[in-house]
Amino acid sequence: MSHPTPEQLREDAAQLLATIDPSALKPRDRMAIPVQEMPTQDPDQRVCNMEEVAVGYSREQVILESLRCLQCKNAPCIQGCPVSINIPKFIEKAAEGDFEGSIAVIKESSLLPAICGRVCPQEAQCQLYCTVGKSLRDVEKSVSIGRIERYVADYERENHLVKMPEPAAPTGKRVAVVGSGPAGITVAADVRKAGHDVTIYEAFHKPGGVMVYGIPEFRLPKSIVAEEIENLEKMGVTIETNFLVGRTRKLTDLIDKDGYDAVFVGSGAGLPKFMKIEGENLIGVFSANEYLTRSNLMKAYDPEHASTPIYESKIVAVLGGGNVAMDAARTAKRLGAQKVYIVYRRTEKEMPARVEEVGHAKEEGIDFLLLHSPKKIIGNEKGRVTGLELLAYELGEPDASGRRRPMAIEGSESILEVDTVIVSIGNDSNPLIKKTTAGLETNKWGNIIVDEQCRSSIDRIFAGGDIVLGAATVILAMGQGRTAAQAINERLAQEN
Amino acid sequence: MNKVLYKEQLSDEVFRMRIEAPLIAQERHPGQFVIVQIDTNYGERIPLTIADADQQEGSITIVFQAVGDTTHRLAKIEVGEYIENLLGPLGQPTEIERFGKVVCVGGGIGVAPMHPIAQGMKQAGNEVKIIMGARNRDLLIMEDDMQKIADELIICTDDGSYGRKDLVTVPLKELCESWKPDLVVAIGPPIMMKFCAETTRPYGIHTIVSLNTIMIDGTGMCGGCRVSVGGETKFVCVDGPEFDGHLVDFDNMMLRLGTYKEREAEDHHQCHLDLAIKEGKA
Repeated sequence: MSHPTPEQLREDAAQLLATIDPSALKPRDRMAIPVQEMPTQDPDQRVCNMEEVAVGYSREQVILESLRCLQCKNAPCIQGCPVSINIPKFIEKAAEGDFEGSIAVIKESSLLPAICGRVCPQEAQCQLYCTVGKSLRDVEKSVSIGRIERYVADYERENHLVKMPEPAAPTGKRVAVVGSGPAGITVAADVRKAGHDVTIYEAFHKPGGVMVYGIPEFRLPKSIVAEEIENLEKMGVTIETNFLVGRTRKLTDLIDKDGYDAVFVGSGAGLPKFMKIEGENLIGVFSANEYLTRSNLMKAYDPEHASTPIYESKIVAVLGGGNVAMDAARTAKRLGAQKVYIVYRRTEKEMPARVEEVGHAKEEGIDFLLLHSPKKIIGNEKGRVTGLELLAYELGEPDASGRRRPMAIEGSESILEVDTVIVSIGNDSNPLIKKTTAGLETNKWGNIIVDEQCRSSIDRIFAGGDIVLGAATVILAMGQGRTAAQAINERLAQEN
Repeated sequence: MNKVLYKEQLSDEVFRMRIEAPLIAQERHPGQFVIVQIDTNYGERIPLTIADADQQEGSITIVFQAVGDTTHRLAKIEVGEYIENLLGPLGQPTEIERFGKVVCVGGGIGVAPMHPIAQGMKQAGNEVKIIMGARNRDLLIMEDDMQKIADELIICTDDGSYGRKDLVTVPLKELCESWKPDLVVAIGPPIMMKFCAETTRPYGIHTIVSLNTIMIDGTGMCGGCRVSVGGETKFVCVDGPEFDGHLVDFDNMMLRLGTYKEREAEDHHQCHLDLAIKEGKA
């Protein structure tokens, strides 16, 4: 099957759209409209560049897809959205071609639709509850809410229609935000809107957090993140890079010495986990964080300009089955690896990665070595990786997570020749803030403990995102940012 | 953006720089380091130990050897110009208390980060003997600074062009025998630290080393700096940079430092070529 070009998909949509009278559509007719496929770069071409894989719907496609929505009165999709976007309403406007009206509806609830439309796991959120998907007994046939969201957000940005919210009159209160990832950005915007003075402190030399160092360009163009950051600055938010709270300044000093009225900690997931197997410190073994940061933030994919090197690999094994593992595998492919394996100890069904990401990885020729887990990493006399000793697994009874427990098959050892191993099995929380802040309560994983309003154990200190949730998603971090910002705004309003 | 306030060439490839960084100057303690990046878009992030700080001026001092792409470019930044990104202070501070008798061993530019530690040890009431080593007389730095602190200063050069013609481990062994120190702190090239640790091991003298590994963020996020210490994996950036020298797997650490050596060798060659062209030698 040849890869459909964006132009073909647009033409098909245009032809079908010409036969439809939107005002006469019955639910049955709506459900008969085929799901609009996301146009993508041809797999053979895209593995040779870093540009975005999904190029976005055409106008015809977005209208057709929006017409698939049944406009359910009870709107079950909304319960699946961590920030409760009025989904039927924005889709209704998109179906009418009123894209400005559509994005306005989204922006009542979400700050970063161009980003969330790209990286949200919609199939596990809004689209999981979609009546169309349920009726057709296939979540992949749900209305493509995320793709529509992306279209209207891109429409707004590309046509320079972005309106900056006007902050309320200055209150004289000051709020510090630690970390400039999705949680921090959301808090900064919402707190600034209330008229408070906001400063974001970022440890890296560029703001954006995981959206800049972690998620690759081919999945989330950095220019989009940069534009969101610029918008914050236009609203009057100050961003201080190269500032590590806990070291450059203690967390409590921000309140006690620098006079901030509240601090939000959104410092992220932080400390990469390793397998704790033999050979993990050989040359050629990297955490996914390191590998992706070298390529994304440090631009090692562009050796002409970048000073930061990245390991030259021929055969790569990525350990893990999440979105980060897919990102690392697909990055390795783009950097010139001839063969890239995803090594995962369960089956594809249990993989935490999004179906779409797994699909893209397969199209790009990534090999999935399922029901296998590494026993040790093998190296040569120069300390460089030469192989991976694997054990085969089978699935047993379901465990606490509800997924079937993988069990090693005795005597099933085999060797996979590789020169690079990328460990992508998640992150522990970074201990720095906890270690340097007396009285800040954390759980046994080191995540900051907060109440339902994102308040920590220390007065005036709030927290959210991965430092609270463990490794989660952009949208969940944003959701917590919303909650925390509201709590901060209420708290500061009481003090007037 | 951090302004360069002072620059001095200490030897052929070694430079001392004072950089405006009031917050780092205020918070830093001996043993900690900074991450330097010269150009925000394409620059590399490299760790450098803080050699000194002046809270009144609001500045820190770094001493570095121009060996890689970034350090060569750093060396070209003039007084009044800016370093685009400077993050710190990072890592755990040195544990400074009254141990009794302390030997400080500094090799090459390791003398620079040793300076505040030796000073701290002296102020804490320790007797401090200092051993300094360099390949030759020209590469020896900060002798006067160290002389002011040391109860005894022993200088070694590999070629005997100044002081004793010995490796630093020879006087270190003598002190272990005759003076019986309570603590040894060694900072310098990995191979020197490894053999300092091997020298003190039979005497059971606690030996601290300061590791300088490959890093990106310096905050625990990438894990590129990991080393094996007593069979456990530790991150130099957040667990270190100082560790018990008797527990560090130096051989693995030295191999890991060579991860990108082919590319680095190319850069080093290119930089010297550029410098030579600039100086009209090529």
